[in-house]
Amino acid sequence: MNAVTASATGFLARYEGLTGRLPGDPAPRRAARDILLSAGLPHLREEGWRYTNLAPLGDARFHEALTEASGFTGDDDLPSLGGLSELPRLVFVQGRFSSAQSVLPELASVRSFAANAEFGALANPGRDRLVALNTMLAEDGAIIEVAEGVDAGSLVLISAGRDIHGTPVAFHPRHSIRLAAGARLTLVEMAVGHGQYLHNPVTEIVLGEGAALSHVRLQNEGLAAYHLATVYADIAARATYDSFTLCAGARVARTELLVRLHGTGGHAAINAAQLLRGAQHSDFTTVVRHEAPGCASRQTVKHVLAGRARGVFQGKIEVDRLAQKTDGYQMNQALLLSPDAEIDCKPQLEIFADDVKCSHGATVGELDSEQMFYLVSRGIPQAEARALLVQAFLGEALDMVADEPARAMLDDVISSWWVHEG
Amino acid sequence: MLEIKNLHASIGEKPILRGITLTVPDGQVHAIMGPNGSGKSTLSYVLSGHSDFTVTDGTAHFDGTDLLAMEPEARAQAGLFLAFQAPVELPGVGNANFLRTALNAVRKARGEPELDAAQFLKLARAEAKRLQMPDDMLKRNVNVGFSGGEKKRNEVLQMTMLQPKLAILDETDSGLDIDALKIVGDGVNALRSPGFSALVITHHQRLLDHIVPDAVHVLAHGRIVRSGGADLARALEAQGYAQVIAEAA
Repeated sequence: MNAVTASATGFLARYEGLTGRLPGDPAPRRAARDILLSAGLPHLREEGWRYTNLAPLGDARFHEALTEASGFTGDDDLPSLGGLSELPRLVFVQGRFSSAQSVLPELASVRSFAANAEFGALANPGRDRLVALNTMLAEDGAIIEVAEGVDAGSLVLISAGRDIHGTPVAFHPRHSIRLAAGARLTLVEMAVGHGQYLHNPVTEIVLGEGAALSHVRLQNEGLAAYHLATVYADIAARATYDSFTLCAGARVARTELLVRLHGTGGHAAINAAQLLRGAQHSDFTTVVRHEAPGCASRQTVKHVLAGRARGVFQGKIEVDRLAQKTDGYQMNQALLLSPDAEIDCKPQLEIFADDVKCSHGATVGELDSEQMFYLVSRGIPQAEARALLVQAFLGEALDMVADEPARAMLDDVISSWWVHEG
Repeated sequence: MLEIKNLHASIGEKPILRGITLTVPDGQVHAIMGPNGSGKSTLSYVLSGHSDFTVTDGTAHFDGTDLLAMEPEARAQAGLFLAFQAPVELPGVGNANFLRTALNAVRKARGEPELDAAQFLKLARAEAKRLQMPDDMLKRNVNVGFSGGEKKRNEVLQMTMLQPKLAILDETDSGLDIDALKIVGDGVNALRSPGFSALVITHHQRLLDHIVPDAVHVLAHGRIVRSGGADLARALEAQGYAQVIAEAA
């Protein structure tokens, strides 16, 4: 038996059951189905998947959210928004847009994928089989557009998931964010939930010349959930993509960011922090491709790992031969709070231009005992002292989040992590 | 206040303290002097609970409580303060945030209300000003990029904020110029009261010109070999440790 192909069987069967009821052109869905039929879900023997095992995903039997009534009754399942509650927000429940819980923005255009299904050109189901899975089964998502020169302010995008009466649910939202030349947006994404479910979003981001997207992402899914997110970002000349991801939830998570700098003077910062405990597994994978001269990319990724948690960072920087004067930087740092925690780190540089500056580094360590002693000798309890040092460690990655309510929301998640850990 | 009896302590297998007996009564300042390697810093670490050191014999009581049975944070909350000889740097931890966290932890343990950010800043700025520290030292990261003298002043700032009952100053004078020495001395003297005691560890007599001790003890090879009044410090400065230790032997 071919166990690899079998792993997608449940999803393929659901696709067959849903045929005719999924929105948009059926051709890309059929093509995606064919990919999954022949190759199955990603497996450990593939180069990009050596550290993250999706086999349990094939064993779980997921219901399709489309055919089920929403398991939600009110706003109780939404995350605490704090200062973000003043902002426009798009709420997705089990992957479906919930207009009753949403507040539409004034300066950005928002449409739903369910009513305007279109698969973007960036997503590559042939390379990324989770994207094939998403393409095959996507039902809804947000299509956000900001017109030329418009500063659309801040927008919150919430995904809330949960099992339905103990039965796991799967949803595969398809989001698209397009900023025309000179447009600006701060997008705060929050993924939360309860119980066992699969959240497999694909986001395609296109930034026009001189556009600026500040993308703050919180992955705080339920601790039995799977979170498998793929984000594509295409960055034109002089455009800026600032992305920060905090991964604190899910049983198994993979976040893959594929960033392409294709115009002169583009800038991408891709920072992340992973706070994991218990048996959590979280994989943060990036591919930053420099295709034009004079672009800069910055990556600072921090992991704080307790219990038997496992953090993964795979970071690839590709520099095309045309991309002279590239300035690339990548730093991966892990703090292990337990002897059973594990970090796997795979940096890769592929450079085909001769006039470039690219650096990368990685460190793994424990909390410094002299720093701990200094803090406790001032009367600060052990747990609080650890929290202070961990927050200091994360600061370097987190400090790029300039938006105050977004930063406060992230700080809250980080400090409440210690309520469980301490 | 502090009662140490026959205290022995080792680092790994190596004995450092070999039977220290010392009593610091309420309201008194005692100086501990002695050559390098005599165990002065070890004594300060053992009293504040550093886990690198193992107490192998003897007792230490603080206000009648068994100090050695307490966690380091509990010792601080009970009113013990160690001014470090070489304070560590804490990159990413703001000095004001650190000070407020410490102060509120201690206040909470003492059953006092915690201070909010505004109340704290008002207090901290006033203390910093008294120690002639620039305002931005509260905004910077703890000890990061501080000069030797700034680090020591930051220790004294923490001490004056936390209002300990017993302060151990481990070579707080090293690295200080004459003006800073006076400021640090004034800072300690301002705390002097019937409810405050101090153990001042130093190599030099000059700090003791500012903080006049009630007693001076000479530590050598992990034992107190001689005790006396403030005059003893001056004698040491004039004659050197070798002669005083030799006379005691």
